Amino acid sequence: MNKIIHSEKPKSGHVFVRLLGYMLKFWPLTLTGIAFSLLSNYLALLGPRYLGAAIDAISDKNGVQMDVVMFNFWRMLLCYVISAVLAYLLTVVMVHLSQKITYRMRKQLFENLTVLPVSYFDTHTTGDIISRISYDIDTVNATLSTDLVQVLTSIYSVLGSLYFMFVISKPLILIFAVTVPISVIFTKIKAKKIQPLFRKRSRKLGEMNGFAEEMLSGAKTINAYDQAENVTAKFDKRNKAAVDSYYDAEYYGAMIGPSVNFINNLSLSLIMIFGGVLYLLSQNGTVAAGTIWFITLGGVTQFVMYSRKFSGPINEFANIVSEFQSAFTAAERIFRIIDEKPEPADKENAVKISDAAGDVELKDVEFGYLPEKIVLHDLSLHAKPGQTVAIVGPTGAGKTTIINLLMRFYDVNSGEIFVDNNEIRNIARDSLRNNYTMVLQDTWLFYGTIRENITYGRDDATFEDVVAAAKAAKIHSYIERLPDGYDTLLSDDGVNISKGQKQLITIARAMLPKSKMLILDEATSNVDSRTEIQIQDAMSELMKGRTCFVIAHRLSTIQNADIILVVKDGNVIEQGNHEELLRQNGFYAALYNSQFS
Amino acid sequence: MKFLFRYIKPFTKIMLVGFLIKCTGTLIELALPYILSHILDDVVPNDGRLSMIILWGGVMIACSLIALVCNVKANRMASKVARDCTEQIRHDLFYRTMTLSGRQIDAFTVPSLESRITTDTYNVQDFIGKIQRLGVRAPLLLLGGIIVTLVMDPFLSLVMLAVLPVIFAVVYFVSLWGVRLYKNVQKSVDGMIRVVREDSQGIRVIKALSRVEREHQRYDKVNKKLVSDEKKANLTLGFVNPVMNLLMNLGITFVVLLGAYRVMGRKTDPGVIIAFTQYFTMISTATLSITRIFMMYTRSTASAGRIQQVVDSPKELTALSEADYPIKDENGYIVFENVSFSYGGKGHHLKNISFSLPRGQTLGIIGGTGSGKTTLINLLMRVYDINSGSIRIGGRDIRTFDGGELHRKFGIAMQNDFLYSDTIEENIRFGRELSHEDIVRAAKIAQADEFISASSEGYSRILSPKATNLSGGQKQRLLIARALAARPQILILDDSSSALDYRTDSNLRAAIAQNLENTTLIVVAQRVSSVMNCDLILVLDEGEIIGMGKHAQLLENCPVYREISDSQMGGSFVE
Repeated sequence: MNKIIHSEKPKSGHVFVRLLGYMLKFWPLTLTGIAFSLLSNYLALLGPRYLGAAIDAISDKNGVQMDVVMFNFWRMLLCYVISAVLAYLLTVVMVHLSQKITYRMRKQLFENLTVLPVSYFDTHTTGDIISRISYDIDTVNATLSTDLVQVLTSIYSVLGSLYFMFVISKPLILIFAVTVPISVIFTKIKAKKIQPLFRKRSRKLGEMNGFAEEMLSGAKTINAYDQAENVTAKFDKRNKAAVDSYYDAEYYGAMIGPSVNFINNLSLSLIMIFGGVLYLLSQNGTVAAGTIWFITLGGVTQFVMYSRKFSGPINEFANIVSEFQSAFTAAERIFRIIDEKPEPADKENAVKISDAAGDVELKDVEFGYLPEKIVLHDLSLHAKPGQTVAIVGPTGAGKTTIINLLMRFYDVNSGEIFVDNNEIRNIARDSLRNNYTMVLQDTWLFYGTIRENITYGRDDATFEDVVAAAKAAKIHSYIERLPDGYDTLLSDDGVNISKGQKQLITIARAMLPKSKMLILDEATSNVDSRTEIQIQDAMSELMKGRTCFVIAHRLSTIQNADIILVVKDGNVIEQGNHEELLRQNGFYAALYNSQFS
Repeated sequence: MKFLFRYIKPFTKIMLVGFLIKCTGTLIELALPYILSHILDDVVPNDGRLSMIILWGGVMIACSLIALVCNVKANRMASKVARDCTEQIRHDLFYRTMTLSGRQIDAFTVPSLESRITTDTYNVQDFIGKIQRLGVRAPLLLLGGIIVTLVMDPFLSLVMLAVLPVIFAVVYFVSLWGVRLYKNVQKSVDGMIRVVREDSQGIRVIKALSRVEREHQRYDKVNKKLVSDEKKANLTLGFVNPVMNLLMNLGITFVVLLGAYRVMGRKTDPGVIIAFTQYFTMISTATLSITRIFMMYTRSTASAGRIQQVVDSPKELTALSEADYPIKDENGYIVFENVSFSYGGKGHHLKNISFSLPRGQTLGIIGGTGSGKTTLINLLMRVYDINSGSIRIGGRDIRTFDGGELHRKFGIAMQNDFLYSDTIEENIRFGRELSHEDIVRAAKIAQADEFISASSEGYSRILSPKATNLSGGQKQRLLIARALAARPQILILDDSSSALDYRTDSNLRAAIAQNLENTTLIVVAQRVSSVMNCDLILVLDEGEIIGMGKHAQLLENCPVYREISDSQMGGSFVE
């Protein structure tokens, strides 16, 4: 298969706006979420206020003011309970919101995926597509549903705590002139120094895992050559690199937790020193009540509690920023699929053909997967209804190219292809494809029953049709013998069904439609000779009365073909029937003779 | 867990030091709220000296600093232990994996072995690192906190003791339940991924049959299922944080209320209440950590167990005593005598195989897939042990060789065999002591020198993983070169020239015949043309020899051979 090298260029800039678009789409939920979050945090902020008041009432010079304590006790209780309920409601709202968004993103991504041209799948690995639809969407979703709300509420918490601390004691705020810069510096160090180390750690671990995977796949060979020691020595090198980079990362990473604690403890100590001094001066009357220097015991308590609420989000800030960054990268990867151009729409006046007679003509077709690398030059041929075109050549020579063009998986660069005298670009794509029956070498079966797999493509098929098709494909008796018969579930871990039997099921699938044109790949790799004979019989059955394009491997097919296309290095190098080609004494003749050397 | 202790043991001393440092740091941290209440309750009302407040505040800062230094130091020591333990565990695991017998590899399966080396060792490393930190800190904070508060005010600390078990229970059970729900989520994720994978791979069929609409519906179903499972799991786990915060705050609230009564009765001081609020935060965090440790413990015990299964698996295929299997004086160099074998002990994968091949001759083995060709080779190389009968090389039972000695006799090239990302030269040398000249010589015989030298980097060209930058034929030629390079006594080509074109294939056969006269050659194939010139051909079908002899003989008296020959010589055209 020829690969197209796609240069993926990121469409940056609008990613954030587009993500917000998803949230706005569900604006009632988003707004409710924000409202709950603000309210819940407001109440959580009020708690320490009442706590301080209660402490003041307890430490009152004239003895404990029990009524004030009780009043504040109830207020605290109410605040905390309501705040907790709201916090849970917030979770409920956000979970719903985020599931709505993921559902929508996955749906958009998948649905666009299915209308992309086949070339997309030829140039992108399945693993890459899967990681976008699962991992990337999860990343984006986590950020949208958790981090965004967290940012909103932490901004609120920070400002709210600052406000309350400001109300309690203006001079004490100055303490943050010391601790906040320390936090900021620490955060910067973390981002600059520690995060690269963690990235390196993941990379080294990945390299080691990759090596282990690679060597494991060859474990038996390694054993046969007695190389366990050598390979282990190589593994040890990578293992060492992995654990060393783990240690390097942890060496600094080990600072994170204690440092955050230290900053908290430092600000606690500083509050105690300055708060204690102010409290003392307030107690012995040096500073009068009502001045900015005055503070009560409750005030000190409140201040300590708010200082925690204040510094928490600041410590988290760096994490959230990096999470946002990775979410944007992930979103970009998602949008790239969503923005990918689908197959061009059918022409407005596109005709629908049904029951095509099967007259296929290629006129001066030129085609290349890359515009600068043309692989088919001036290919012309005419297959009349019922004729067979055999495509012959070594593996990797580009035999599937012609099939890609016939089915319009790719469009020709120049020249024309006609089916029943209609240029295929004037035919509605679905109706063109419906007139072909296709059996490819890599058998495609999906998770479902055998019956579902056979009727795929023909929902109107009756059970009798299915059985008839299976009989024609010589697989009926095998299916009958399965415990669940036609309702046997084909799954990865279910019945053990061989490659040959899978191929027979796809042939049975192809037996159902009565279309007049057939595309067939004869290759039967890794099946035993008995199954191979069965498959060959089934294929001959399939070819009866149809215009066939066969990627041919069997001599009988080739000899009986009306037209043989000999493909080499992507080009059709010879064309004609068996006798003509032998007379040319070219590549085909050489291939043919090699059978008997 | 016992298994892990084996590896941790050498580090007991350093771990003990780390443990003490960690304890010091944690205990000092615990002192902070205590000093705080001392300042508020004793220094301010009773002493009244500014300098004393500053002094005690200074002590707090000093404590914070000491805690910082101790914790960082202890954490680093913990990482070091985790690093060294893991290095050793991985080494042992990998080495053992590479020396497992074929039977053991089949039993474990390759993907499972892979995840043991990757995920499981990672879990263990994570656990060893974290248990030394959280495992010390959290219980100490919890216990220490409870003790200090009991000392400060036993009555008030009862509130705390009442709340803690509830927090613990809630977190633990919700998490457990959540884990179960997440398993459902994982299943649904797999379901969704399956549809995406199937459709990406079958896009041609889907489009050919115009089934895009149907696939949308199919995807919608799994998508909806996944979303609803995720919802359930997240709603359950989302319960933890609000409840924990609520319980903690309720605790503080009640401490204030009860504290008020205690202060009124002159049984405690207001500063104690403030200290309590600090301890409450500390202790709840500790509780959360302990729950996490529990979770981690379960996970890493499972991982450690899975690693141990491999590391401690019994050594198989050890050499048997020559006294029990005396050397036979016989004509054949490679001799199979009534060999029977089955994978996993059920059924028969090979049945009563007997043949004898003189030194320097060629053996051809032909048969369909599943006929037992590769199994026979595996037995000859003792990848598996036979169930009954005996296999001898040069009269000596192969079970009496030690593994290396036996394997050095062979050079083997299998179909789709193992190539890895290293230079071409290294891929041929494959760790053996071979000179560059040996490598080039082998490459020349294997008809590989031509394409290797055609590239500007020549033998130092680096292959991509699984050698995806080579064509099938090039890969096979490299594998054959590897098999030849050490001038083995027995050369096995297991379906290894199927991707070669006819000219290369016949050149290869000629070169082997010319350069390796004394080598006994075994060719395994599905094509008659590959074995027809052999001195002895075995026709295998469902594990039994159904024909044995030379090409001409077999054509005459083995119907299956004749059938295969007819269908292929007249049937198959190009691979």
